Amino acid sequence: MFKIEHLVVENVLKINELKLDASIVSIEGQSGSGKSTLLRLLNNLDTPKSGTIYYNDKSLIEIEPMELRRKIVMVPQDPVVFDGTLRDNLLIGLKLSGQDEISDTSLEDTLKTFWLEDKELDTSASDLSGGEKQRLALARVLLMKEADVYLLDEPSSSLDDETTDHVLDAFIHQAKEQKNQIIMVTHDKRVAEKYTKQKINMDEYSTHIKHEVTHDG
Amino acid sequence: MDNDQMMDFTIWQVGFAYVFILVVYLIVRIKKIPREKLILISALRMTFQLILVGFILIYVLDNPNPFITVGIILIMLSFATFNVYQRTKPIIKISLKKMIALAMFVGISVNLIYFMFVVLQLDPWYEPQYFIPIGGMIIGKTMTGVSLGVNNLLTGMKDQQEKIEGALMLGASPKVASKSIINQAFDEAMLPTINAMVGMGIVFLPGMMTGQIIAGQQPITAVKYQISVMLGVAGTVSITVLIFLHLAYKVFFNERMQFILRKRDASKDDLPVLYDK
Repeated sequence: MFKIEHLVVENVLKINELKLDASIVSIEGQSGSGKSTLLRLLNNLDTPKSGTIYYNDKSLIEIEPMELRRKIVMVPQDPVVFDGTLRDNLLIGLKLSGQDEISDTSLEDTLKTFWLEDKELDTSASDLSGGEKQRLALARVLLMKEADVYLLDEPSSSLDDETTDHVLDAFIHQAKEQKNQIIMVTHDKRVAEKYTKQKINMDEYSTHIKHEVTHDG
Repeated sequence: MDNDQMMDFTIWQVGFAYVFILVVYLIVRIKKIPREKLILISALRMTFQLILVGFILIYVLDNPNPFITVGIILIMLSFATFNVYQRTKPIIKISLKKMIALAMFVGISVNLIYFMFVVLQLDPWYEPQYFIPIGGMIIGKTMTGVSLGVNNLLTGMKDQQEKIEGALMLGASPKVASKSIINQAFDEAMLPTINAMVGMGIVFLPGMMTGQIIAGQQPITAVKYQISVMLGVAGTVSITVLIFLHLAYKVFFNERMQFILRKRDASKDDLPVLYDK
């Protein structure tokens, strides 16, 4: 659960008060409206110069950065693939955050869930297509059992509708079981309609995009 | 071979050696390669610098003194450090310069002390005839190694920004997120030294050994010195580069473990390095 108070990001955002408390939150808005900026702030990749972001009533700057990112995990818009095989890439989230590794059988199940079952665990991850990399990045974070929140930046940008439905169904199903919150930036109205409980339009908070409704306070 | 034979090397003979540079000069002129000035200036600079060093060495060798020996080593160390600053392609800020200076000073001092006191066991310990030239060789090679280390670290941090931040997003520490870049920079910095060791004696005769043999030293003694110096160089380069890399990656992150190069509100003053000159 996030609460944002008096947040100002110069030339981008101005949020007086905003709660992100639904289990699945979608963030929409024109390009440049500060969608990714907001996710970066929630993941502590940036710190706002003014304003406070609370996670479960604790200000983000009071939480140890690594612990924070292991609880609030982000998947960037351009998925990052690390050197090595699919196995290496699936396990890297666990390794980087110091968690126990898991068996090949579970990893293969994960591949299947994300429609990557035609790939071997020993396949080099750099051989994957853009869409496959995106699915790998989603699969990877789902394995991180310490995670409480997933921040997904355009998770379906390189996927077709059918794959999007399948992959997000699977992701959300598992995240629900683990009682995780999902906050996703998406330009895909269909995805936002289908999955989300709370919709946020960043245009309302953008300082340089003209909008009809003005929120002040 | 006796030493008198060496002394017969006259100024005229040196003059004949300048024919080489004359040939180079003529070739670039005919080929219209715009390097005439540079060739002449570098030949003149070399001549002037070496004559100057020659006179300094005559004095220093005749008047062995611990302060002069250590002073000269420190001067060489400072020049080497400034040389590393100049050889970075992007502009580096004071935070990185400090790390370079600290690594060069600590890495080289510790290794030189071990080399001079334990390996060479000079008597007196400040014997300039050995301390200065061998110290100079080790400092010079370390300078090259650190330069490569710095440039590779800077390039790695720039080219792999997304990977570094991608690792941070998954809860990695800055150290773990930079690990592959640190390792690669170390590898690149060590490569010339490793290549030199591999090729030594087969592909080329190393300068120091050649010099000693010309000066009338037994080849086996020259070989012993060369082996020790080469090992000393390898040790010093690796330790100095390692110290540098393990200090320097930190300046790319702030206290909130954010990767400064990617921070959207980072001003030029916050950045440890400016990539566009």
